[in-house]
Amino acid sequence: MTKSPNKGTLSRWLLSGEWQSHRVQAAVAVIAIALGVALGFAIHLINAAAFSEFSAAARSLSGQSDLEVRSPQATFDESIYPVLVQRDNVELANPVLELDVAIPGSSQERKDGTLKILGLDIFRASLMAPDLIGIPGEDKLFDILADDAIFLSPAAMEWLGVKQGDPLPLRVGTQTITLRIAGSLTRARTGQRIGVMDIGAAQWRFRRIGQLSRIELKLAPGIDRVAFKTALEQQLEPRGQYQITETADQETRVANMSRAYRVNLNMLAMVALFTGTFLVFSTQALSVVRRRHQFALLRVLGLTRRQLLTQVLFEGGALGAVGSLAGLALGYATAATALHYFGGDLGGGFFTGVKPTVYFDPLAAAVFFILGLGITLLGSAAPAWEAATAKPAQALKSGSEDIALSKLATPWPGLLCLASGALFTQLPPIFDLPVFGYLAVAQLLTGGIVLMPRFAALVFSAVSSAVGNRTSGTAGATPALTTLALARLANAPNQAAIALGGVLASFTLMVAMAIMVASFRVSVDDWLKHILPADIYLRTAMSGDTRGLTPDEIKALAAIPGIARADFFRSSKLTLDPGRPSIALIARPIDMTDPGNTLPMTGEAIAPALLPKDAIPIWVSEAMVDLYGYTPGKQVTLPIANPAPGFVIAGVWRDYGRQFGAVQMQLADYQRLTGDRLVNDAALWLENGITPEQVIASMRRLPFGDALEFSEPGQIRALSLNIFDRSFAVTYLLEGVAVIIGLLGVAASFSAQAFARTKEFGMLRHIGMTRRQILGMLAVEGCLLTALGAVLGFVLGWCISLILVFIVNPQSFHWTMQLSLPWKGLLGVALVLMASAAMTALASGRHAVSGNAIRAVREDW
Amino acid sequence: MLELRHIGKAYASGRQVLANLSYTLGAGEYVAIMGESGVGKSTLLNLIAGLDVPDTGEILINGVAMSSLDDDAATRLRRKEFGFIFQAFHILPHLTLSQNIALPLLLNGASIERAEPMLDAVGLGGRGHHFPHQLSGGELQRIAIARALVHRPKLVLADEPTGNLDPDTARDILMLMRREIKANGASGIIVTHSHAAAATADRVLALTKDGLHPVAPAKVANAAAPAVSADSHHSG
Repeated sequence: MTKSPNKGTLSRWLLSGEWQSHRVQAAVAVIAIALGVALGFAIHLINAAAFSEFSAAARSLSGQSDLEVRSPQATFDESIYPVLVQRDNVELANPVLELDVAIPGSSQERKDGTLKILGLDIFRASLMAPDLIGIPGEDKLFDILADDAIFLSPAAMEWLGVKQGDPLPLRVGTQTITLRIAGSLTRARTGQRIGVMDIGAAQWRFRRIGQLSRIELKLAPGIDRVAFKTALEQQLEPRGQYQITETADQETRVANMSRAYRVNLNMLAMVALFTGTFLVFSTQALSVVRRRHQFALLRVLGLTRRQLLTQVLFEGGALGAVGSLAGLALGYATAATALHYFGGDLGGGFFTGVKPTVYFDPLAAAVFFILGLGITLLGSAAPAWEAATAKPAQALKSGSEDIALSKLATPWPGLLCLASGALFTQLPPIFDLPVFGYLAVAQLLTGGIVLMPRFAALVFSAVSSAVGNRTSGTAGATPALTTLALARLANAPNQAAIALGGVLASFTLMVAMAIMVASFRVSVDDWLKHILPADIYLRTAMSGDTRGLTPDEIKALAAIPGIARADFFRSSKLTLDPGRPSIALIARPIDMTDPGNTLPMTGEAIAPALLPKDAIPIWVSEAMVDLYGYTPGKQVTLPIANPAPGFVIAGVWRDYGRQFGAVQMQLADYQRLTGDRLVNDAALWLENGITPEQVIASMRRLPFGDALEFSEPGQIRALSLNIFDRSFAVTYLLEGVAVIIGLLGVAASFSAQAFARTKEFGMLRHIGMTRRQILGMLAVEGCLLTALGAVLGFVLGWCISLILVFIVNPQSFHWTMQLSLPWKGLLGVALVLMASAAMTALASGRHAVSGNAIRAVREDW
Repeated sequence: MLELRHIGKAYASGRQVLANLSYTLGAGEYVAIMGESGVGKSTLLNLIAGLDVPDTGEILINGVAMSSLDDDAATRLRRKEFGFIFQAFHILPHLTLSQNIALPLLLNGASIERAEPMLDAVGLGGRGHHFPHQLSGGELQRIAIARALVHRPKLVLADEPTGNLDPDTARDILMLMRREIKANGASGIIVTHSHAAAATADRVLALTKDGLHPVAPAKVANAAAPAVSADSHHSG
């Protein structure tokens, strides 16, 4: 009856005794776990909230439709509409014209953003998507059909700083049209920026007469959707290329769009938790070493192996449970704060334009709690096993501390980790995600850290004997402090090495991330230099998909004096797979003597001279190869005309701007095949002696000059790199937290070791060492260890960066890059780490030597 | 109570420490084992406690062969039937004195009420809430004695229990140990270098490489006398 409560009492006594006497170590471990869980949970909540809101917003635009008929291109001819209206089993067909329209204005926010405008047949839309219907003023009920009226969502009104009745200027090609804000919408999602107007008015105003973006279908009750879809596909096939999609396709598309980014960010957040694992391990391992005698006594008194194992795991689990719970609370608070003040976009640019609110996800909370608890138990497992399997009679004797950790010096687990990591690098992605790449990173990191004690023993033994040989016979040649520090590191490397587990993990990952980010940045910079060879770039609007420059306008621009060469571009979107985001189609002049002069080729290319006669070449981005299997030499069709023309893939180019795929082709080929004579952008080379300002001034004087946006390559480069840095800001933050956790690990480990060495310090003081000398010895030990950790961390980090650069990035984002090492930054961080570790060692040691030397040597434990 | 049958044990280095050692300890008997350093006294205690396994021979506790018990069963036997007193006290530093004494009771699933009377019995009544660092060496060993006897074990094993104590304190501790072992009806084995300590036992045995041999009480008393005298002079 009393058996169980008594066992519980003993566990509680031991736990509270340990925590009360080592509050700092326990607190540091709890903080580390809490930070790791908080970061992971917060990023998950932010991403989930943003993704959920973004999906809901996208879904809200489709109303209650069962199916949607779309074209691979942005719009299609409305002649198909009557066919669908009259088709059996279609209860309602709702035509929609959806456009992202640029807003004239000088503010950067307006330049960066577009307003989504839906042209709706109000009578049909009121049945299909009643939330999207405008609410006109009481005396202006016919505004819902007026050709100059637009209804804006509250978020759009707030963003544009307008109210009902105000005029709203909008960009259409080089022209500006002005609509009247006739009211708000019945119901729009918080933060959703949209405008709604009559579909006829929208077609007319935005020069899309006879064009639709999609037709939403609501089927009669009881109709088999799949069978209907198949039959409709067959019916529409002779009429052109149409895609019949379901709501699920849209969600898949939204999920695909941001998945790699979300997963990578989550993985990065896990780094902090991963670092925390090593901290827990070192805390627990050192605690077990320190209490080796106590555990041996408990074993002698009758505690079984299983009970002792359970006790140590219970202690680790208690740290994990407290840390995880605190982490969940902190993570929720962080997510709520971040979403409130910064919105749901963490820098990737996928979730702009929505205003999500945080919601507590019990399942995710449970997962992160288990993750936090799991890693603590994992970190406690080896120390617990050592404590349980130690021979009590032997463990009761002094001097067995480093023996306790001797199992750590076994090289096989570490080598096995490295070997499996190397194997994982050879495996392909799973569901477009570099799962094995991440596993390889984890295995290399674990293997490297597991081998650290062995490595430390080898290096310090060699250094110690080298120093000994060099100075033998020359009394006092080697300072006593260095000799003692080296002897300790060489002969008890296991304790010393586990102190570095956390910091080695964080430093390694920091080196890896720094190399990856630097490689990426340098590659992007080189790429920008390659793709921006002209003196000036112009476009009709910074963004948006409403029309472009007409042939007359093109002629007028090309005739401006001082322009040596003008290349015009036509950019549009194509949907090749309804489950994936659209790809970009860019038609432009391409140097056929060597396409590498125009495009940043990756090396995979077929020389134009070797292409089959009459073949129309296209050049695809790396993402097209990964996502659609568009390899050089392959013959493909692109739905840019009816029937879809065939092309030969002539080469692969690098594209850091569009991760979902892009295709480039000759503008002449495009215009010949499609008949589309409009262009969006132009690259202008100036004659010698002509300044950009002169040409821009001349162009501004053209009738449509005000609608043109000009940029110089330097500005575009600076802006692009600024966006790049902004998108990696969260990365730097997460890395910083991981490093802080690593340093906390050093603090906790050094402090635990210093405490455990109180007796040794007492003895050294007895034989004549001053407190200052002992502290000096600790500082030397800290510096030497961190130096070794920095060297090993650099090597390991470099290996991991190879995985990030050559495996994780291409598999996640479908682009490759060259390797670049940011030497100065890494050296700086290594020096800061060494200094921090030495100072931490000093601070930890100060407490240990502050006590009474006599008492220190008298104490048994 | 305890029967050793032809025990043999060699260290990992290959050096033979115990060979063909046999002995029977009766219930309530209190013996001292003396011997030179390295002769295997502590090893013998570890073997009796089931903390180590003999290479040859058999150890029986109340007729049960230790070799028939797995680690868990040996641990259960140890927690119930044995009490331990060490030279280095081995008191858990982060538990109070009462908690330290109550450890065997907790491990045996018994009520911890006996901890306080035990604390009184070893002369530290009212100090149960103190922590070990507030005690002297002699007081710590009193706690160890209380812990060794609180769960009424059948056999108390003491390994150099006064090795870290001054002669006066050592004498007090030895007397207390004997009194409490007898009062609790336990058997006791004390391993020691000290003739004074050995003299408090019912019987004294000398451990040599040939086995355990009885030592005449007079010889022990004579050897102990000068030491006690010198200790008294020193302390005086």
